[in-house]
Amino acid sequence: MSERTTIDARGAFCPGPLMELIAALKLMQIGDEVEILSTDKGTANDVPEWTAKVGHETVAVTDKGDHWSVVVKKAK
Amino acid sequence: MSKKILIVGGGLAGTIIANGVCRHIGAQLRKGDVSITMLGTSDTHMYQPGLLYIPFGKIREQELFRPQRKVLDKRVIFHIDPAKHIDVEAKKVTCESGKVHSYDYLVLATGSRIMPQNIPGLAEGAHWLYDLEGARKMRDALDKFEGGKIVVNVNAPHKCPVAPLEITFMLKDYLQGKGLWDKTEITYTYPIGRLHALEPVAEWAKPAMDEAGIKYETFFNTKSVDPAAKTISSEEGVTLNYDFLVTIPPHNGAEVITASNLGAGGWVPTNKTKLLREGSTDVFVCGDTTNIPISKAGSTAHFEADTVIDNLVSLLTEGRWARDYDGKVFCFVETGMSTGTYVWFNYSTPPNPGAPSQMIHWFKLAYNRLYWLSARGLL
Repeated sequence: MSERTTIDARGAFCPGPLMELIAALKLMQIGDEVEILSTDKGTANDVPEWTAKVGHETVAVTDKGDHWSVVVKKAK
Repeated sequence: MSKKILIVGGGLAGTIIANGVCRHIGAQLRKGDVSITMLGTSDTHMYQPGLLYIPFGKIREQELFRPQRKVLDKRVIFHIDPAKHIDVEAKKVTCESGKVHSYDYLVLATGSRIMPQNIPGLAEGAHWLYDLEGARKMRDALDKFEGGKIVVNVNAPHKCPVAPLEITFMLKDYLQGKGLWDKTEITYTYPIGRLHALEPVAEWAKPAMDEAGIKYETFFNTKSVDPAAKTISSEEGVTLNYDFLVTIPPHNGAEVITASNLGAGGWVPTNKTKLLREGSTDVFVCGDTTNIPISKAGSTAHFEADTVIDNLVSLLTEGRWARDYDGKVFCFVETGMSTGTYVWFNYSTPPNPGAPSQMIHWFKLAYNRLYWLSARGLL
């Protein structure tokens, strides 16, 4: 059964949301999802750009007002 | 009834906490009201950031080590008996010897470890300086290097986030000093779309690499290394040739954490301001062991440890919480063999590194000695 993990990277400057996402995906199974919360506006673009390059799936990008939520599914 | 503080891990975080708490509760320790026990894995304490200088012959190995017993306050009960299982429900830690320790407050400071074996071919094909054996091998291989393609390959997650840039710029200065720079090409690879996780550091690094003639490949997450063909390939579909591969290997937390079901990958889910394990009120987590989305670095461990000390002491002596951790991190950045800068930030203040200078490089060299005062809880 697939699982969803949430990483609260709001206010995290280093290593930052995408690096946290990359590290988290390494510990997950194919089909699992990870939601990353970020106050860095760049995350809404960086994450989908990277997932497209590497072959994972961006499930949702949501503007939550004071932060962004990006959900990624591990595809390989 | 005596209160027992049990610290699992004898690295920087555990050592600062043990020594720091001792300094604040001398009377309670004398009366036997409190005891502090540390479970370590080694009789030796290593200054890990000093490994950076080993491949370049810039530090003597003996400068990196002190006997752990001498670094620790005499009042700390120290066992070289690694924890094998941690039961936070029963409040017991079982060691490899079979001995079981109970506690009133537990500190998890088990650190992180390199995992080059997680990427096919990486352990066989690459050099690294994140442990003494690797740093020695890299030093010996660099001695024989006569020019060619060097790839400095960075993997996530890793500790000491500025080390990849330091290694790259120090390599350039080192090879220039040996008259090999004209025969060498360095390519730096990084997992995300810029040259460093910290945007201001990335903005500094890009023109610095351009000026130095260092190439770079971003969005490079290592898929495999072929040591025979001397190639390294990324999940993003890029393959690079190399003559000399330096890697910042991916890291995991300690095995005892995963074996005790305390956190995937060895990282313990931790409240980012309280530094308490999620779901616990008596289990502190410090340093690399946490899953907090923050730099895994000695300075992080140090500032977290100061917070844990204040809270442990306050809870023991006054029964109240003292203060929250504000996310402070401070890192020196060696920008070559003779210049350096620094960067600091916390949860609310973004980083803003200054221009590199020789003075900051000297201060970093001084800190390499002052570290032992930090470990003793004095600085």
